[in-house]
Formats: sequence, structure tokens, C-alpha cells
Amino acid sequence: MKTRRLTTTIVAALLVLPLLSGLARAYELTIPSLDYRTGPYAPNGIPFANGYGDYLNMLNERDGGINGVKINLTACETAYNTKRGVECYENTKGEGESGALVYQPLSTGITYQLIPKSSVDKIPVFSMGYGRTSASNGKIFPWVFNFPATYWSQATVFVQYIAEKEGGMDKLKGKKIALVYHNSAYGKEPIRTLESAAEKFGFEFLALPVDHPGQEQKSTWLQIRKERPDWVLMWGWGVMNQVAIKEAASIRYPMDHFIGVWWSGSENDVLPAGEAAHGYLSGAFHQPGGGFPAHDDIRKYVYDKGMGLGDKDRIGEVLYNRGLVAAMWTSEAIRKAMEIHGTKEVRGEHVRDGFEALDVDEARLTELGLPNFTIPVKITCENHEGPGKVALQQWDAKAKKWSLVSDFYEPLRDITGPLVEEDSAQYAKENSVVPRSCN
Amino acid sequence: MIYRETGQFKSSYQADQALFPIAQDRYVIFAVLFVTFAIVPMLLNAYWLNAIVLPFLIYSLAAIGLNILTGYCGQVSLGTGGFMAVGAYSVYKLMTAFPELGFIPLVVISGFITAAVGTLFGLPSLRIKGFYLAVATLAAQFFLVWLFNKVGWFYNYNASGMINSPPMTVFGVIVTGPRGDMTAKYYLVVTLVAVSALAAKNIARGRIGRNWMAIRDMDIAAELIGVRPLIAKLSAFAVSSFFIGMAGALYFAVWLGSAEPTEAFDINQSFLVLFMIIIGGLGSILGSFLGAAFLVLMPILLKNIMVDGLGTNAALAAHIEIITVGVLIIGFLIVEPHGLARLWRIAKEKLRLWPFPH
Repeated sequence: MKTRRLTTTIVAALLVLPLLSGLARAYELTIPSLDYRTGPYAPNGIPFANGYGDYLNMLNERDGGINGVKINLTACETAYNTKRGVECYENTKGEGESGALVYQPLSTGITYQLIPKSSVDKIPVFSMGYGRTSASNGKIFPWVFNFPATYWSQATVFVQYIAEKEGGMDKLKGKKIALVYHNSAYGKEPIRTLESAAEKFGFEFLALPVDHPGQEQKSTWLQIRKERPDWVLMWGWGVMNQVAIKEAASIRYPMDHFIGVWWSGSENDVLPAGEAAHGYLSGAFHQPGGGFPAHDDIRKYVYDKGMGLGDKDRIGEVLYNRGLVAAMWTSEAIRKAMEIHGTKEVRGEHVRDGFEALDVDEARLTELGLPNFTIPVKITCENHEGPGKVALQQWDAKAKKWSLVSDFYEPLRDITGPLVEEDSAQYAKENSVVPRSCN
Repeated sequence: MIYRETGQFKSSYQADQALFPIAQDRYVIFAVLFVTFAIVPMLLNAYWLNAIVLPFLIYSLAAIGLNILTGYCGQVSLGTGGFMAVGAYSVYKLMTAFPELGFIPLVVISGFITAAVGTLFGLPSLRIKGFYLAVATLAAQFFLVWLFNKVGWFYNYNASGMINSPPMTVFGVIVTGPRGDMTAKYYLVVTLVAVSALAAKNIARGRIGRNWMAIRDMDIAAELIGVRPLIAKLSAFAVSSFFIGMAGALYFAVWLGSAEPTEAFDINQSFLVLFMIIIGGLGSILGSFLGAAFLVLMPILLKNIMVDGLGTNAALAAHIEIITVGVLIIGFLIVEPHGLARLWRIAKEKLRLWPFPH
């Protein structure tokens, strides 16, 4: 009898609880965070989610939110799985009075799912430096933003860096460049760009796929040992990165000729290989390190109150800063949306306008406590990629530190431009989207 | 008291061979059909339909398909993910090449294409059995996914290697992709699943199904009494793949809207559907539904209770969810190794005697 009563109570509690939690609250800015703290991509998902959440929590604690309106950060675990990501999206999109204001899926697969949904549900998708490259064409993808640069821009920057090291664009002729990529939509992104660059500059291009999750790469690196490419590029994520760097070290591939995409260049990726990873390069669009005033504010207002999402000493890791910069641009877009529409109670469609009018220059970065942290970003109606500039960072295994080793390069727009036009036009045709006018 | 057959007399063979010979069962089925067709769409919002009901129905269809092969004919298959991919890529190629044929015929054609591919991969079953056959079908899984990832023709040479379902209409309403109408998607899927379940149930209790079960129970004995293994086994592969192919087509075109082969159709799909029929009950159409419900609903239910109800941290909830689902699977299999469908049968037998058991 007793157990039955207990069961009834538990069942009743479970039924009533969700109703209670749904009771009316004051207006809040709902920002869902699609985390992945489980699965083979967790080593990279965790620091990003921590940076993203900590910055927004810091705004809540220090300024009482954005312009005094509290942020409601809603975490949902996706495990980097597209189906779970979509479930999270459906579950959180109507949350609170504001509804979800913007999504940062941090997964190319989920981004592809959300791109068509975003225009239906009127919620912008901010796929910061990932996702569908041709979404930079704002005429066809008004709801998607992928600034500050795309994979295709980045691929052309790597080609320029290689050319510079080899002694000029004409020296690329006859060189062999290999791409080790995650065998998914994400990893395949740069292939087309590199193929047209190979045609233009006369280098040989070699594409080597690695299947999910990327723990088994022996055959790939055997092939590299056999083919002896002059440079190796990598589009990897999760455990694939660490394994690749270890494999490269084991065949003694020169690390300073091995360049990862900006998702393959964080502390987690290089530390397992130890000293052997010294000199490994990767793309970057912001500074590493935790010494900026904004980091101090996070320590003071969030961690000292015991509300930090991660470890205090991991503040300032590359992917932590990546999450932080994403949160910074997101909150600035919401601020802009409030300014444009003259209301503090914004909705997804207002935030979209905020993104499109976003203008974070160096002066604003300094105000935000992030001087020289990243490149100035200005978004327009037709250009959702923004500046498109990329720098390279290098790993110092002795000091255990990443540092930027190059200037920010301009991408080769004569290569990426026509490809973006072609790919976005194909999307428009397949999905019967009429390009909007931007005047 | 309420569930008793006393007084229900059959006066013709037809009545005796009805799908549900007991009157109460018929009422229950009619009530269930009434609820699914008339009440569910009114009651549920888009989140429920899209995140819970659609995957449940589509996985049920895949589980019915696999149950025909594994549950009725006794051929273990680990190629379900690959066969679902065949269905998905067939419907994608057909949708982009012959959109004028209409969506439902295209789904059925994809089923037939998958049936052909399934029969081809079923050929080794004539020589090998049990675990060895499982390995042969595993090869189908890896080969098919590799093929769809490697050959550009299958994904229309898309730069990212993904397939996206173009908008297709049924009776003038869009049913595919993200712009599809949620209620229309539900009606489409539930109709196809209901018709398929009815067809599967009838095939399984007819001559063909009896041949399959004879092969399952002892193939040499079956051969001796005149069942031809070649036809029985290959027909099981064909019918099974037909349903799995339709499930794959709906999975991609109606539910996901876009897919990449390595993630959407990986080996985990094959395991998931196999677990569904093991937990639901081998050799039972009802079991396919119960197993799909258990493995689709349970994780989402647990997540919603923990994260939205109790306010647990999302990552912790994800870990607890993995543990709980695992424990529940083991628990259920210890309590009832024949699956949820068997529990239902026991409940029915008890109900017949209630309230005066011997």
C-alpha cells in the first residue's frame, strides 16, 4: 500500500512540476545553448559552451542582462547529433515570452537542418565561422549569419600562407597539398574551393576522408607517408583532431607544414601529442589567452560567486574564447535590435535585423573589455560573412600556449565569390527561394 | 468480466479467420484508430508531432520491416541503416528527377527499389546462418553508406554531400521538408504506417508467413515438408526491405528534411531498430510498435522530466538518461525475455479470467 501511495505521489509530482515551471515570469531574453558535453565531440563542445554561457551569465550579473533585460540561457544537450539537435530546437524555440532569439548550433549538420526552419519560425541562426558557406549570401539566406569568415575564405587564406612560406604564388606550381577531412558535410566544405585553387595555381590536391568519429586514422597517415605532400590541411573536430596530430607526429610529419581549420586548433587537440605537437598551425579569428578585461569580469562576477560553468583555470583557452566571442557578437546584435526597434522586448525577427545592422569596431571592442581581441565586424544586407579575414596561430608545446603568428589575410574573393553565387543559386532553385533585393 | 469471449459464436470460416476474432479486440483497435486519426492531431502541438510522434511512427515501420526478417523468418540482419539509406536516396533521386509522379507513389517505388537491393543482399542467407549472416548484412550496412557518400550521382553532386528534400505536395499540401504542414505530415505517415502494419499482419499470418516461421523454427524440417528455402528466405528479405525502404524514405523526406549518410544512416540505426524488435518482441507486429515507443519516447521523456521538470543540468541529465535507458532495457529483458508484446499477451490472458482466476 505504501509503495502505491509513493508511486502516486511521484507520478502526480512529475505531472504537475512542468506546469508549475511554465507559470508566467517577467520578460527575459531567451538564448538557447545547444551544448554537447557528452559523446566523442565533448572535448571541444565543453569549452565552447562554457565560454558562451559564462559571458552571458557575466552580463546578467554585472549589468543585469542586456540593457537591463535579463538573459535566460537555456542549455540543451545535443551530443553533436543532428536528430537530438533538432529535438532541442523544437523544444526550446517557444521558450518564455520572447521565444528563442537566436541559435548557435555549433554543428554543421544541425545548421543545415535549421537553415530552412529559421525563415519559417523567424529565428536567426548564427553559425559563426561554420555551417553552410554560401549562406554568406544574405540575399538568399536572410536568416543565417556566418561571420566573421567562412570555410571557403579560410581555405584560400591557407593557400596564401603556404604560398608566402614557399616564396610566392608562382611557387605553388607542382606542390602537393593534402586535405585530411571529417567525412561529413562539415569536412567536405573546403574541397570545392581547394579544387578550384589547385586548378588556378597549379598545385596538386589530395583529399583524404576520415570517418566519424575519427579514432582510426592509421591508413590515412600511411597514405600521407607514401604520397609525401608538401603541406597537410585538416578539417577535423572532436577526438579526430588529437588522433590526427598524434599520427602526424608518429610519422614525423613536419608540424609547421600541418595546418588545421580553426576548429582543429585548441589546447585539447595538441596537448595529448605532447612535445611532438610543437609548431602545429591552425586558423584563427580571435586572440587566445585569458588576460582580457572581459575575462577578469567573468572571474569576478561569475566564478567568484560559484556560478562558473567550467574550471577557473581553463578560462582563456582557444575554444573558450571562441564561445565568448560568439556570445559577445550575439549580445551586441540583441542590443542593436533593441536600438533599431525602440523596444526592450525583442523577438527573433528583431534580432535578425540587429545582426544585419551589426557593427562592432575596435572602439566598441575596447568598451566591451576585449581590445584587439578580434577583427572588426560589419554586416550588411547582402554580405552575411562580414570581413572574411583569417589569421594563423601556432602552438608552442614548451610554453603550452597558442599565439597568432600571422596578420589577418584577405580571402581570395575571385575564387570564393563565384562559388558562393553558384551554390546559393542552386539552393534557391531547389527550394524555390526568391532572392530579396538589398537596396 | 469485461474481456470475455463467452457468447461470441463464429458461424462462418470467414468470421473465424478474422484479423481480430474477439469482439473486444476489435473495439480497442477501432478506438485506437479513432484516437490516432481524429484526436491526436487536435491534441498535440508541433513539438510533440515532430519530435516524438513522427520518429515513433517511422521507426515503428522500420521495426515492422526488420521484425518480418528477424522475428518471423529468423534471419538476423544488421543492415537496417543501409536499407533505410537505400529508401532515402531512392526517394531523393526520384523526387528530383520525376517530381510529377506525386509523393506517395514515389515512396512506394523507393520501397520496391529497396526490396530489390535487400533481396540481392539476402542471397548469402541461402548458405550462411546466424551470426555469420549478421556479419554479411553488416557488410551491406557499411557498403551502402560508403557508396552513397562516395558516388556523387546519388546526392546530385552537392558540394557538402548532403541530400535535401525538395517540397512535395499530397492533395495540394506540402508534406516534405521544413516547410511542410505538421498535421499533413502526421496524417501521411500514420496512414502509410497503418496500411503497412495491416499488410504485414496479414502476410505474416498467411501462407507466406507460415513458410517464414517454418524456416525460422527449423529450416531442415521446413524443407522436408515442402517449404522452399530459396523463395521463403528471399521473400522475407524483399518484404522486410520494402517496409524498411519506405521507412527510410519517410525518415529522410518527411521527418529530417536533409541528411548525410554517415550520420543519419550509420550502424547505430541498425542497432537501434534491432533493439526495438528485441525489446518489443520478436515475431510480433504489436511488439514493433511497443519497442519503437520504448526506445524513441523513453529518452525524450526522461530528458523532459529531468531538465524541464526537475531543473537538472542538461549534461548531467544526458548522462543519467544513458544509464537509465540501459538499466531499463536490461530490467525489461530480465522480467520478460520475450519482449513487451509477451507482457501484453500475459495481461490479456489474465484479463480473460479476471475477476475469478482459478
